[in-house]
Amino acid sequence: MSVVLERPRLTVPVSERDHVLGPATAPVTFVEYGDYECPFCGAAHRSVEQVLQVMGNDLRFAFRHFPLSQIHPHAYQAAEAAEAAGAQGRFWEMHELLFENQDRLGLRDLIGYAGALGLDLERFVTDLRGHAHAGRLREDFLSGVRSGVNGTPTFFVNGLRHDGGYDVEVLLEALRSEL
Amino acid sequence: MNTVSNGALPEGTPAPAFELRSTPDQSVRLGDFSGRRLIMAFYPADWSPVCTDQMALYNEILPEFQELGAALVGISIDHAWCHAAFAQSRNLHFPLLADFHPKGDVAQEYGVYDDEIGMSERALFVIDEEGVIRWSHVSPIGVNPGADGILAALESMSAAPVPA
Repeated sequence: MSVVLERPRLTVPVSERDHVLGPATAPVTFVEYGDYECPFCGAAHRSVEQVLQVMGNDLRFAFRHFPLSQIHPHAYQAAEAAEAAGAQGRFWEMHELLFENQDRLGLRDLIGYAGALGLDLERFVTDLRGHAHAGRLREDFLSGVRSGVNGTPTFFVNGLRHDGGYDVEVLLEALRSEL
Repeated sequence: MNTVSNGALPEGTPAPAFELRSTPDQSVRLGDFSGRRLIMAFYPADWSPVCTDQMALYNEILPEFQELGAALVGISIDHAWCHAAFAQSRNLHFPLLADFHPKGDVAQEYGVYDDEIGMSERALFVIDEEGVIRWSHVSPIGVNPGADGILAALESMSAAPVPA
């Protein structure tokens, strides 16, 4: 059997719509499609944090949602919570809390995190109950599907899917090779 | 796009008829999907990690498949009881068909049975309203083929789809 494998490309480039850390002028853009209830994403999150520190201004990082809600029953609402916090300017703080508490993602937990971040709770709960961010979540999900995201976490380095695992060293090697 | 040389039935071939168990006491036939589009996802086995990702992914994209007028079935050599447990554990909302007896018969017909491992290959077929294969694809066994190829195939098929 002859096999030609071409690594898929990110079909929707990072733009103003994305949640981004790091300068827009950074030479390397790093995108993650992730699920807050996925244990592998939890592990990868710790690698990403270190990678961000080491790479500094050479790296721009964007996170997009890819909740597999049928196998991770809390993942979708957790993603909605991140977006609801994002609507109040606190996406990354909530993102951090969700990954730090992957086994505590029930509605009460989410409201607790929103309270800890000092969010407008009424607005936060209204957003969750009304699925105010469902459109954006589906947009993220489908952009992943179209880009060869088949499970989580999936990373893209300067638009090309990274197929090599997510240990800090492996990620750093892939990112630095773009410098 | 991944390309794999293979014996999978190509585009333009009439899809071979089949009748397979979807549950211990129910069967599904190709003819049941007449007038609709059908996605057939052959995979080696229930429970193995890649299949799990692949089926979980398709489970999430069912609304998009339906919008494009297509139903989806998964097919492996596992028994209907095994499929039932697998589907329940993964909360799958589409039928899993048991190509169990005679083992791998349908996979053979579609040219995607791997005799060495005694399981089907990881293969996708998109069948049109008239029962003709319009796209087929075989992935390396450990590689999740994702859904972009299926969506592109469905979108390229002419005529307004009738929602499944």
